[in-house]
Amino acid sequence: MSKLGKIARRTFLIGSAAIVGGVAFGYYAYKKPAVNPLLDGLADGEAALTPYVKIDASGITLITPRADSGQGAYSVQAIMIAEELDVELDQFKVDPGVPSAAYYNTALAAESAPFPSTDDSFTANTMRGVMDAMMKFMSMDITGGSTTVPDGYTKLRVAGAVARETLKAAASQKTGVPVGQLKTSKGAVQLPDGTEILYTDLASEAGQIEPVEEVQLRDPSTWRFMGKPTQRIDIVSKSTGTQSYGIDFKVDGMVHAMVRTNPRRGGAMLSFDATEAEAMRGVQKVMQISTGVAVIADNTWRAIQAANAVEIEWGTAPYPPEMDAHWQTLSDSFTPDLVDSTLRDDGDIEAAENGADVIEAEYRAPYLAHAPLEPISATVHVQDGRVDVWTGTQIPSFLRSNVADITGVENENVHIHMLVMGGSFGHRLEARVVKEAAEIAREMKGTPVKLTYSREEDLTHNDTRQIAMARGRGTVRDGKVQSLDLGIAMPSVIASQMGRQGMSVPGPDTQIVAGAWEQPLSIPNYRVTGYRAPELAPISSWRSVGASSNGFFHDVFLDELINAAGADPMEERIRLCWHDPSRKVLEKVAEMSSWGGALKPDQGRGVAFCMSFGVPTAEVVEVTNTDDGIRLDRVWVAADVGKVVDPVNFENMVQGGVVWGLGHAIMSEITYSDGMTEQENYDTYESMRMYQVPQIEVAGLENAEQVRGIGEPMVPPAAAALSNAIFAATGQRIREMPMNKFIDFV
Amino acid sequence: MKLTVNGTDHEVDVEEDMPLLWVLRDALGYTGVKYGCGVAQCGACTVHIDGEAVKSCQISAMDVESPVTTIEGLGTPDALHSVQEAWIEHQVAQCGYCQSGQIMAAAAFLAVTPNPSDGDIDEAMSSNLCRCGTYPRIRAAVKTAATKLNGA
Repeated sequence: MSKLGKIARRTFLIGSAAIVGGVAFGYYAYKKPAVNPLLDGLADGEAALTPYVKIDASGITLITPRADSGQGAYSVQAIMIAEELDVELDQFKVDPGVPSAAYYNTALAAESAPFPSTDDSFTANTMRGVMDAMMKFMSMDITGGSTTVPDGYTKLRVAGAVARETLKAAASQKTGVPVGQLKTSKGAVQLPDGTEILYTDLASEAGQIEPVEEVQLRDPSTWRFMGKPTQRIDIVSKSTGTQSYGIDFKVDGMVHAMVRTNPRRGGAMLSFDATEAEAMRGVQKVMQISTGVAVIADNTWRAIQAANAVEIEWGTAPYPPEMDAHWQTLSDSFTPDLVDSTLRDDGDIEAAENGADVIEAEYRAPYLAHAPLEPISATVHVQDGRVDVWTGTQIPSFLRSNVADITGVENENVHIHMLVMGGSFGHRLEARVVKEAAEIAREMKGTPVKLTYSREEDLTHNDTRQIAMARGRGTVRDGKVQSLDLGIAMPSVIASQMGRQGMSVPGPDTQIVAGAWEQPLSIPNYRVTGYRAPELAPISSWRSVGASSNGFFHDVFLDELINAAGADPMEERIRLCWHDPSRKVLEKVAEMSSWGGALKPDQGRGVAFCMSFGVPTAEVVEVTNTDDGIRLDRVWVAADVGKVVDPVNFENMVQGGVVWGLGHAIMSEITYSDGMTEQENYDTYESMRMYQVPQIEVAGLENAEQVRGIGEPMVPPAAAALSNAIFAATGQRIREMPMNKFIDFV
Repeated sequence: MKLTVNGTDHEVDVEEDMPLLWVLRDALGYTGVKYGCGVAQCGACTVHIDGEAVKSCQISAMDVESPVTTIEGLGTPDALHSVQEAWIEHQVAQCGYCQSGQIMAAAAFLAVTPNPSDGDIDEAMSSNLCRCGTYPRIRAAVKTAATKLNGA
């Protein structure tokens, strides 16, 4: 335990500050040399100290800065603090935190990487790949990359422990009882005689003394909340219609806005005629904004109706208008001059292919929308020298900077209020709705403006998942996979995404090969090459990012090679896998699914493995080829996140991730025609529904050393396991998504 | 126009074609009713009219002649409906945005189908979309709710 104390001392600086009537406890890292050029874009005060525990006479507030888009982030962050703070789960409020000059005044530089540069272990190298882009932004207050639990696993517990020990010190000072004789329980310090002093009654004293920095984290065997089923703090409100989301937000005097922007993304607006719209009931104003037209009305529906009545002539898109040219661009990108990375290059591919029968295959993955069920919205109030923004977001610090630029108000006077999100899946890593709302609100100074997208505006302006293509070449010998050479071409997600924030990202984009290059397989001749295709339509981080396409490409091609070798798909994957926790997830799904057991006629099973975001995940899908098409019967999943902090939520997230992966693989795509998204609503952008959902059995293993997040890693292997299962059941190999273009589903 | 919602009478002055969904949300403040698609594809706006599950984006408020029940009227945190109890026990929600509609659909379905088969549940609940993929838990919660309602 002393080791943890040392870690806290060396790695973290724990601060506390007196606030009005109480105390705030925080955490921040040492300032590191600026290793990431992207950090140069940070404005003053943007990376401010985030406190985690605030106590005053009115109660205890745990600050959970990682945004909750439905993944249970608020609950899991609160559990990690509460475990050490000794408060019950009904004794505190949760607040995502509002940057405030009152006490968040300590600068935070780049957060350190979880691995020193000297660490050449497999895990370290794997994680560095992940970190290349998204994780570096964590220090900019981003929620993403399945990092909420790994990011908070130690520091939130440390924050809870520091608060607890400081409160004990305050109690000792107040009562004269030595700290060693004090205990804590249920939000109070207990004296040896049984007297209890509530934390809330100690807050003022605690704010006046030096925080206790040398703390010991509790042994996991004593945990009361972590690793055990707990009730999500938002489960009652989300089951009674009382949870307020961004779209439900209200403030006095608020007007409602809706925008129309070019459906040919990034194209110009040539002209517009708002005569009809201006005459509609409730319409207060129609204004041109930099990207199109905004209509201001007295309610949401009227704003949407009137915006749709504006006649607009749009200019052309900066990308090819039809899909054929998008695919041709990818097809033309497998050239030496577009090589972005060759992070995996083992053995000698050319020698292995010499004289052997080379198996070749080509794979495709379409554009996909995030399409969270809550249409995006933002409320912005511009006043003299101050702007308030209320929205659901994964990027509050970026938004603050964007809004400051648009309104001309100083960064520190832009207040981002984080609201609960009805889903995100990466959608709310974008700033568009907030930028537009800020532009409108700037023109309506003094009046709060709530901009709500219609579903159609939202879906046709989604910065989608990347389109991607892969080409595999491989050989087998003596019943084993002898070589695997996979090239993957896609435009850079990170370049497109960060480009919209005015930033460029130097070096290779490891997302082009994520979910493929870092697989822990000892194939003797093994190469993964990333080709950076030219930019096409705007793309963004979609649940599991590069791995969402690459996990499919890599594992289906591996399955093809294993089949050619005549080996068993499970046994050969296990044989090839050298990484212990990864091999164990394969062995676990084999056991769970009774792999190799008898199947009914027309049934087939496929297994797939993918390590993404550092989480080894294996999935087995069982399908039946019925007269009505392919029916999904059962799925078994095993994943290793090092520690399952919240087992109920873990299972929910795993099942949801599998449904997400399978549903999109079967039936979803975004396509462009005449430069415009062809899918405008859920009737054409389809998702998995109840009757299509298989039984999904979940196992969470804890053999891995590092604690990881579960939000994304379930997605990459799902499509591959399904394709492999369909092959087993029918003999038909599906290499392109959505799969319902090639085979019928029930 | 008169509208009775959760036992309260309201007088509203809106356009003839304004959907019930938006009257409930924007004019009357029943924000438990959610806007997801506006075209009857997602079911997030499901309410009860005469006990029947109706997608409130598909009916104009003008055409509503019977009392409306929204999620707020089904049960409250202090007085939960059996379906809500089941949703909490199974911890169904992730983002939770679809769950008002899911719960309203399930409550109306169980009122007329007290002993549903798995196939009945799948069929009844398939017009409600959940982008988070909480379907396995919805399935389990509907079964638990059926048991609770039958025992009541």
